Amino acid sequence: MDGKTQSPPAIPHRPEPLIFERGAPGRRALDLPAPDGPLPELDRLVPASLRREAPPALPEVSEPEVVRHYTRLSQRNFSVDTGFYPLGSCTMKYNPKVHEEFVSLPGFSRLHPYQPAETVQGALRLMWELEQWLCEISGLHRATFQPAAGAHGELTGLMLIKAYHAAHAQPGAPPRDEILIPDSAHGTNPASASMAGYRVVEIPSDARGGMDLDVLRRSVGPRTAGLMLTNPNTLGLYDENILEIAALVHEAGGLLYYDGANANAILGISRPGDMGFDIVHFNLHKTFSTPHGGGGPGAGPIVVTEKLAPFLPVPLVEKEGDRFRLVYDRPQSIGQVRAFYGHFGVLVRAYAYILAMGPEGLRQVSEDAVLNANYLLSRLREHFAVPYDRPCMHEFVVSAAPWRRLGVRGLDIAKRLLDYGFHPPTVSFPLVVEEALMVEPTETETLETLDAFADAVAAIRQEAETDPDLLREAPHRTVVRRLDEAGAARRPNLCWPLAGGELTP
Amino acid sequence: MNVPEDLKYTVEHEWIRLEGNRATIGITDYAQDQLGDVVFVDLPAVGQEVQAGGNLAVVESVKSVSDVYAPLSGRVVAVNELLKDAPETLNQDPYGQGWIAVLELTQPDEVQGLLDAAAYIQHLSGA
Amino acid sequence: MRYLPLTDGDRRKMMDRIGISSIDELFQAIPPAARLHRPLNLPGPLSELELTAHMRRLAAANRHVDELVSFLGGGAYDRFVPAVVRHVVARSEFYTAYTPYQPEVSQGVLQVIYEFQTMICRLTGMEAANASMYDASTALAEAAAMSCGATGRSRVLVAGSVHPEYRRVTATYLAHQDREVVTVPLRDGRLDRERLEALLDEKVAAVLIQQPNFFGILEEVDGLADRVHQAGALLVVAADPVSLGILKPPAAYGADVAVGDVQPLGNALSFGGPYAGYFAVRQTLLRRMPGRLAGMTTDRDGRRGFVLTLQAREQHIRRERATSNICTNNALNALAATVYLATAGPHGLAEVATRSTQLAHVAQERLCQIPGVRLAWEQPFLFEFALELPKPAHAVVRALLDDGFLAGLPLGRFAPQWERLLLVAVTETRTLAEIEQLAHALERALQA
Repeated sequence: MDGKTQSPPAIPHRPEPLIFERGAPGRRALDLPAPDGPLPELDRLVPASLRREAPPALPEVSEPEVVRHYTRLSQRNFSVDTGFYPLGSCTMKYNPKVHEEFVSLPGFSRLHPYQPAETVQGALRLMWELEQWLCEISGLHRATFQPAAGAHGELTGLMLIKAYHAAHAQPGAPPRDEILIPDSAHGTNPASASMAGYRVVEIPSDARGGMDLDVLRRSVGPRTAGLMLTNPNTLGLYDENILEIAALVHEAGGLLYYDGANANAILGISRPGDMGFDIVHFNLHKTFSTPHGGGGPGAGPIVVTEKLAPFLPVPLVEKEGDRFRLVYDRPQSIGQVRAFYGHFGVLVRAYAYILAMGPEGLRQVSEDAVLNANYLLSRLREHFAVPYDRPCMHEFVVSAAPWRRLGVRGLDIAKRLLDYGFHPPTVSFPLVVEEALMVEPTETETLETLDAFADAVAAIRQEAETDPDLLREAPHRTVVRRLDEAGAARRPNLCWPLAGGELTP
Repeated sequence: MNVPEDLKYTVEHEWIRLEGNRATIGITDYAQDQLGDVVFVDLPAVGQEVQAGGNLAVVESVKSVSDVYAPLSGRVVAVNELLKDAPETLNQDPYGQGWIAVLELTQPDEVQGLLDAAAYIQHLSGA
Repeated sequence: MRYLPLTDGDRRKMMDRIGISSIDELFQAIPPAARLHRPLNLPGPLSELELTAHMRRLAAANRHVDELVSFLGGGAYDRFVPAVVRHVVARSEFYTAYTPYQPEVSQGVLQVIYEFQTMICRLTGMEAANASMYDASTALAEAAAMSCGATGRSRVLVAGSVHPEYRRVTATYLAHQDREVVTVPLRDGRLDRERLEALLDEKVAAVLIQQPNFFGILEEVDGLADRVHQAGALLVVAADPVSLGILKPPAAYGADVAVGDVQPLGNALSFGGPYAGYFAVRQTLLRRMPGRLAGMTTDRDGRRGFVLTLQAREQHIRRERATSNICTNNALNALAATVYLATAGPHGLAEVATRSTQLAHVAQERLCQIPGVRLAWEQPFLFEFALELPKPAHAVVRALLDDGFLAGLPLGRFAPQWERLLLVAVTETRTLAEIEQLAHALERALQA
């Protein structure tokens, strides 16, 4: 490898106007068939007092303009299909194309959620089987698919913890109102805990990057409702004391919640249920290859132990003989956290993925993810500080603090990587490492790609030594350069104003 | 780092200008530098009672959010309306136009607990 | 394994570089008792050919709305989706991207979100809208929680005419925050304004209504906002976005928050999800709004560009004090809605809403000519209406299935006293001929 820079993907530099700046009055791209008979006048049907005075001020464009506009916008976007995306904690792996064909089958895409059960047996079977498989992968007992995303799964899991403790409350005992969370946790953990009405108790990391057991021992007690943990944690490290942590929390009467954001490291190797967790959420859009969609939709199903199953949201899919049905009559249920049954289209993809991989394939996924991460760490370590130096799992965290003497920060490295055609790692997270860069290559990247990325970092290191401004002013080759985020937040422009003479809102 | 002689300070990086029974409060040059570009200041309501150590205001930068604690107990008698439209003033002139609020003190003897400039500089060098 | 590129040769080379001789050395941190010592008990692996056959079989075990003529609604609607929408959403530059954390290479998604926010503002009349929520039910629950935060109060009144699942989700959310949801009973299929008066006191943070409501009925909103505001509470309106092609925007009758589901705007039915919720507010509530926001700004060369903004409200910065825990939004569904609204335009959207309303009224009149069938409540409605049948609705629906109809939603699943009620939705995809066929089939089913 010669450290030569690779050319960035071709991105058009022409600015793309807003859809509101295109078109002309009278243009449209949607037509309806002529009605097959006479229809009543709208004025007779809807009271004038409830009608809007003019149609909403939407764009007036033809179909070719719509297509060109949104195709051009798509080209102003980095994606897994266009380049390496080692964004730590996000598991940006390849999304199999055949899955997109599956979700488009009318037998899946054209199902109404309120169809009678006898007309949706295939969909219910899919949900039931996927539930069995997630139970096996997690080592737990039952699942709900309602949570729409990881954070939503966390919220649901915390509600289950609350319902469980309410059902088992001892008279006169203090309320179990505290959730323990490590300081390296994703921001969603404390936000979810607080949204579920809990007080957050933060537990620091120890010198090896695990949870500080002494502090944990002092922090658990009769008010402990539970502990939320990601394992491997956000430093990419498997917590060696996990069994002891679980025992401490359980002995205090608390429950353990597993944030599945990092489950890509453990498939078929270590199951959260065997680690001692009571509740797990999986990010199907991370571990099980469903696409991230530019920021969603994902899916955050949760899987629980037998003792928590009665509290799961409704409905659950039950099998009776060879028939499946949705069951709502569950008196201890917390209720519902979403209308209908969850992100069914996402479930279809995850189901297909598990079936495609099989048990050996899933284990290979985790082994290769961990191997790719350790290999990339071995290639990058000479350029960074490695705060917790032991084998990482599927991702790792390095610190760009040594670059500070060159006047360069982690963010500058990230921005310069854009010029090299790579999506940068996660920057400034986790908070416990200064100038953190969190790198997650995933198992679907080739050795050649990892080498090219490492070469790019080495080249950037050279640039930092000789011309640090090149980094500080990066990126140079993208459709826009660094943007004024402070200005955007001080005087927010979140909505394109109506020009004079346009239709009223 | 600019630390004017005539002001009092706290270890939470607030400054206090005492005038009789009134105290003008802001955040120090060091604090604004640490925060980076301030984008929004959530000001207290005039008339609100605050306890020493309680929340007085919230300062947001692009990527962080910080509480400003009341260094003294009192009643808010004025807030800096300028910060609503120009929060960057807090970066540009932290000890002048970037002040946050004025309190009418209810526990004037709490003033004894504040740092003078020398003590605050020492605190900064230890930080 | 077709998705895994590493060869055994690659693996050996990589292990040499790391300095290990076996992959197990990387997993030493896992205590034996936490390891799985057997293969997972799962089916597979399947080749793409086998997998495709399996998935087709599974899909074929369902009867979908291209085979059955659907009059089902209740929060999800069989509306026409122009091919353009599917085409754009299938661009993998959009669907295989993540949250636009690096704005310089995410201008596509960010500009789409900005356009989406703008379109939602123009539909609702509100001043700010976010990048989307999971769906309408969670948007409504978040609006209720936000109202409690904004007013410092802890009770929310929700009209009994709001979708029962939305009400349930709101109640589930608020129950865990020591907040209370009180349902204002129905009166003739609408919000009972007198009961509302009695319940509206200084403890109430917000009043939640749906327009048109769950039964398709148009709520009387005259003077409602004034009364709610007098009590110091906020008015939250859940509104179907297609209805806003012809109905007054919620801001115009005084709503403080508007939420809804963008499924009807170009998103597949997909057995209930993924859809996306919209969430729009007046300027005063901007900083309390949950979820992501895209804002317009400039780059260092003065070019227009877009960024995620006002992030200090969000969980990754404010952690336990965030306005919400929401992280992922449903960007791809919001993209579908944006392309749909651009395609439809002002007149197309109005036409879709108008046609649906016209067909629904023809259907209602025709079906009510059948002996024993009548409107459950004589009220103005839009494109959905509740019929009272002489028999349990679920049995009638079952019978009509054999004639190829999804005749509607039997409401008995939500309340036993609604056992004979059938909620019928009519969209622009239905025809007068299909309505006539449904009427005939219903007639036969009721005679049987």
